Amino acid sequence: MDIKTNPTETVTLSVAIVGSGGTGVVTTGKILLESIARFGLYGLMSRSSGPQIRGGESAVMLRIGTAPVDSLDDDFDLLLALDWLNADRFSDEIPITDNSLVLFDPEKGSLPVVFNRSADHQLHLPLEQLAKSIENGRTNMVGLGVLAGMIGLPLDVVRAAAQDALQKKGDATLQATLSCIQAGYAETPEERLIPPLPAPERIEERWNISGNEASGFGALQGGVRFVAAYPITPASEILEWLAPNLERMGGSLLQAEDELASINMIIGASFGGVPSLTATSGPGLSLMMEGLGLAVASETPVVVANVMRGGPSTGIPTKSEQSDLNLALYGFHGDAPHIVLSALSISDCAFTTEWAVKLAERLQAVAIVLTDQSQGQARAVVHPPRQPTLEGKRKLAGGADHYQRYALSDDAVSPMAIPGNANCIYTADGLEHNEQGIPSAMAKDHRQQLEKRKVKLTQFDYGDDWAEITGQGEICLVTWGSATGAAREAAARLTRAGHPAKTVAVRLLAPFSAAHFRAATANANQLLVVEQNHGGQFFEYLNAQRVLPANAESLAQPGPLPIKPNEIFNCVLQGL
Amino acid sequence: MHGSPPGPPLKAKDYKSDVKPIWCAGCGHFAVLSAITKALAHLALPREQVALVSGIGCSSRLPAYTHVYGFHGIHGRALPIASGLKVARPDLTVLVTGGDGDGFSIGGNHFMHACRRNLDLTYIVMDNEVYGMTKGQASPTTAPDWEQSRLTPHGTGLPSFNPAAIALASGAGFIARGFSGDPNGLTDLLIQGIQYPGFSFIHVMSPCVTYHPEQKSWKQTIHEQSEATTADPVIAAQRIQQNDHMETGLLFKAGSPDRSRFPAENTSLEQIARQFVTHS
Repeated sequence: MDIKTNPTETVTLSVAIVGSGGTGVVTTGKILLESIARFGLYGLMSRSSGPQIRGGESAVMLRIGTAPVDSLDDDFDLLLALDWLNADRFSDEIPITDNSLVLFDPEKGSLPVVFNRSADHQLHLPLEQLAKSIENGRTNMVGLGVLAGMIGLPLDVVRAAAQDALQKKGDATLQATLSCIQAGYAETPEERLIPPLPAPERIEERWNISGNEASGFGALQGGVRFVAAYPITPASEILEWLAPNLERMGGSLLQAEDELASINMIIGASFGGVPSLTATSGPGLSLMMEGLGLAVASETPVVVANVMRGGPSTGIPTKSEQSDLNLALYGFHGDAPHIVLSALSISDCAFTTEWAVKLAERLQAVAIVLTDQSQGQARAVVHPPRQPTLEGKRKLAGGADHYQRYALSDDAVSPMAIPGNANCIYTADGLEHNEQGIPSAMAKDHRQQLEKRKVKLTQFDYGDDWAEITGQGEICLVTWGSATGAAREAAARLTRAGHPAKTVAVRLLAPFSAAHFRAATANANQLLVVEQNHGGQFFEYLNAQRVLPANAESLAQPGPLPIKPNEIFNCVLQGL
Repeated sequence: MHGSPPGPPLKAKDYKSDVKPIWCAGCGHFAVLSAITKALAHLALPREQVALVSGIGCSSRLPAYTHVYGFHGIHGRALPIASGLKVARPDLTVLVTGGDGDGFSIGGNHFMHACRRNLDLTYIVMDNEVYGMTKGQASPTTAPDWEQSRLTPHGTGLPSFNPAAIALASGAGFIARGFSGDPNGLTDLLIQGIQYPGFSFIHVMSPCVTYHPEQKSWKQTIHEQSEATTADPVIAAQRIQQNDHMETGLLFKAGSPDRSRFPAENTSLEQIARQFVTHS
């Protein structure tokens, strides 16, 4: 069996685990990922489940690497089935090849046709029998032991990770778990079916974090101390993570009756001087649009973390798609300049959300952060996320006489008075207003304020963080958000195949920096825009900005399947 | 933050701004504006510690006419803005004003949940049974046989919404009805409402002389309730359903709600980050 290498010659291994409800697929994946982190490797774990609220079949997809991994691979090296009930529903999400190794217990159902590729690469394991031989034993923990052995993780590392994960379950469960892991580990065939992943030379500090946790953490680091929350898949984990952690930082969270309320609650809190955020997904963002326009007009800083899922309408709530770009860019009525950012990896959810909070505060603006289900609900072992250097403080009003809330100034950001300031009492308004804040329908005031709200965003120097540019070459892959990982990997594969390629992953989607973009793509003789939606929303946006060469091509592929590195690779080769 | 400069006590007029109201001559809202400023002066609240939040409509223009912090937001969403503000800034006195369309139609869901959430807000609804700003359409409190709107030439045919009953059913602890034609009585209710430590709902009958000239007769029909305020929701429900919606006074007052305290800062970001660090 080959172990695939990613662009930087990182050794990676892709593992999938499937099972029906209650078999503990997700727990198994989480402990495996944590074991990988403790051993010193890196990993990415995404998950998929059926539509059932509880008890449906589920799958976890892990990619393990000797360096951080930002995307799933094209296919899987190892598939473990805890049982086969409804597992064929995952056939398109878990592509296997003739070389993939399939591990299963023949007692737990017959191998589905879709996973039956090569009899030479199937390993029958008595998972259930082993679990039953141990009091309180569970099949999934036997499976965990088998996987750990196959991958080459030390037994004590897996046992320790399981111990920490399950410590609240009580002693009997814990002992049974450890025995199961050991029993599974002992089942690893003498003859290695896959080469073990090399042990790392040096282990630096690393984090095991989900994209949604990272977004929540970035919000806290940016200074958010008020959150309004209305639950929605796949964004709820941001809010659920923030609820206790925000409280620990002296902030507070209010559960709203709907998204119309949550957006307006954060506007109210921010008016009170407290940096505020809400998190949602497409349907919720649609409902928030009028409120966001109010925040633009009243110049009240707010941040919305929007975790995208398949749309339109209820769409595919549990699965990923990058299809809310148009909504985030164009959903507002009127001319409503605002900031739209995209997080370029799971770890980058922290950086980008923190940057969004700081930009919103600094520029008294609306910032929408686009992440998606494949980032939010996935976990990764990463280096500690870096932080933006921007000082993200609000410009506050002092004690000036004749205070003008919306005064024109060089940077177009007017000092904001916070209730409690006796000298600068004013009324914030969604009505067009003059510099003082008094409602006005006069053409001059409208033009002045429109221009002010525009240039405060376009004049600002966003620095180098507008995009991440990797690699070099005349082939240029342009992308945003979660497609970045696959695009980078494709660029590296192209480079290795003798076609040097670079990736431009855009973090600052709006206001769009045409000058930066042109400079970054100037030497491209082949340019491909990669994104996970059906309409090519980013491609259309870039065309509207007039920054694409005439021969630029679009690779737009809807969710829920992630874009795979080889799909991008092949698309580029076809165009050469 | 700046404190109030020392000086003579503030008068009602000190809480007014110099912006001229857009209201029609004879509009009930003028008296409500006066009553609010009188109540604030009576309570000697520092102007910078008061915030007045509104939505859209004639009555929602009120914040600009006061000299306290104001937020004139969007249609129907005054209560969420005020709720966020109050939770983020519990030190402020937060008042919410609006009309019957803003509060009971487009903002109806927020009305119920604000009653239930019971934050320390005072919600003043100026009810004139009409959308005035959009030139006279039926609102939720309009009588079913009112045929003066082009939009509903045969009347709505719908029973009118009973705001006090909805507030009670939704869990509001303080429910009062006032009348713009009785500014002193209204001022007194506002003072009590602001002092009540939970959500106080003050339903103010405030005539629209332009689209409902017949409401001028409210002067004759509106009267003070005959019974004393009850703390019993069953009795209050019976009275609210039985009376003719023309009775003013404090209709219901429950005990003070439990207040969960704003949690104190007790950790650092470094400590929070530790949950993500894997051991090796």
